[in-house]
Amino acid sequence: MTAQVITVTSGKGGVGKTTAVANLANALAMDGKKVVCIDGDIGLRNLDVVMGLENRIVYDIVDVIEGRCKLKQAMIRDKHYPEMYLIPAAQTRDKNAVSPSDMVRICNDLRADSDFVIIDSPAGIERGFRNAIAAADRVLVVTNPEVSAVRDADRVVGILEAEEKGTPHLIINRLNQALVRNNDMLSAEDVLDLLGIQLIGIVPEDESVIIGSNRGAPVVTDGKSRAGLAFRNIAKRLQGIDVPFMDLDQQSGLWGAIQRLTGRK
Amino acid sequence: MNFFTRKKSASSAKERLQLVLVHDRTDLTPAQLEALKDDLIKAISNYIDIDPEAVQIGLERDGREQRLVADIPLRSVSRHRAG
Ligand SMILES: Nc1ncnc2c1ncn2[C@@H]1O[C@H](COP(=O)(O)OP(=O)(O)OP(=O)(O)O)[C@@H](O)[C@H]1O
Ligand SMILES: [Mg+2]
Repeated sequence: MTAQVITVTSGKGGVGKTTAVANLANALAMDGKKVVCIDGDIGLRNLDVVMGLENRIVYDIVDVIEGRCKLKQAMIRDKHYPEMYLIPAAQTRDKNAVSPSDMVRICNDLRADSDFVIIDSPAGIERGFRNAIAAADRVLVVTNPEVSAVRDADRVVGILEAEEKGTPHLIINRLNQALVRNNDMLSAEDVLDLLGIQLIGIVPEDESVIIGSNRGAPVVTDGKSRAGLAFRNIAKRLQGIDVPFMDLDQQSGLWGAIQRLTGRK
Repeated sequence: MNFFTRKKSASSAKERLQLVLVHDRTDLTPAQLEALKDDLIKAISNYIDIDPEAVQIGLERDGREQRLVADIPLRSVSRHRAG
């Protein structure tokens, strides 16, 4: 086994990085993969509550780095999927307690016996972001179809290219198809055209995402949720499986156009 | 806000972003682009007769590539020599 290390980042805050990490990890675990999530948001720990694991935390990533525990001791096993783990962020420390080389070392230790390591990046382009991308084999940039989120995503894509991290893949989150139809929200096509990177998934605006977070049960576990299906599809694409993009709007040929645009059919 | 401006909010978002991204990516402000244009006109005029008013310079986007595109019409050479 050699894990693929995937970092989820965005530039702008609040666009859905933590939501994406929790859901992709659960979807991959549902597919029988061994997954380790790392909360890279030091000082603003969140992935634990979104995954429903907050009561199990004993050690965190800074304890590992500073030698207070072994890596295995900081890996919290999920309640439902015994092959899914979370390494929580430290809550009382600042982001300087972690360096990019710490992240590379930890990920290298995890690579040997997992399929996926998924890192939740903090917002911004500072130290925490640098830490989060240091070990990445692949970066997913999350954005919303909204001017400031797209602008910040473009900055991040530029930095990733300058750092020779390769061109990241794009998740467009919180797309509201009714607004798009009214020409009151940037369409997925618009966002793709502006950013010029490859799409890996479009997640609709869906209140079941919030309900899932409230319960600590990410929405992929809800078979009826549209957002859940979108995340399950992204998880398949991460495994190299070619899944057609969801038809969010049956009334138009838009989705066919997007699929052509990104070379998928 | 009237019906028509409301209808167009996504299009105006896209147009505004197109401009902003080109300048973000090149780290070149519209003012710097103007200065570059003036310098270019001066430099070219040392060698060949051009019409400064007709020169057009802009940044264009092609996927993630940026391109500086200049259209510089030359003044007729015979007229230049006669003058
Ligand atoms: N597709 C969606 N539909 C509805 N709500 C969503 C969707 N995706 C995310 N949200 C909500 O948006 C909020 C922000 O999401 P999240 O915490 O995942 O963002 P983030 O990028 O991790 O934020 P930060 O930059 O602060 O770390 C949350 O309340 C989440 O439930
Ligand atoms: Mg977050």
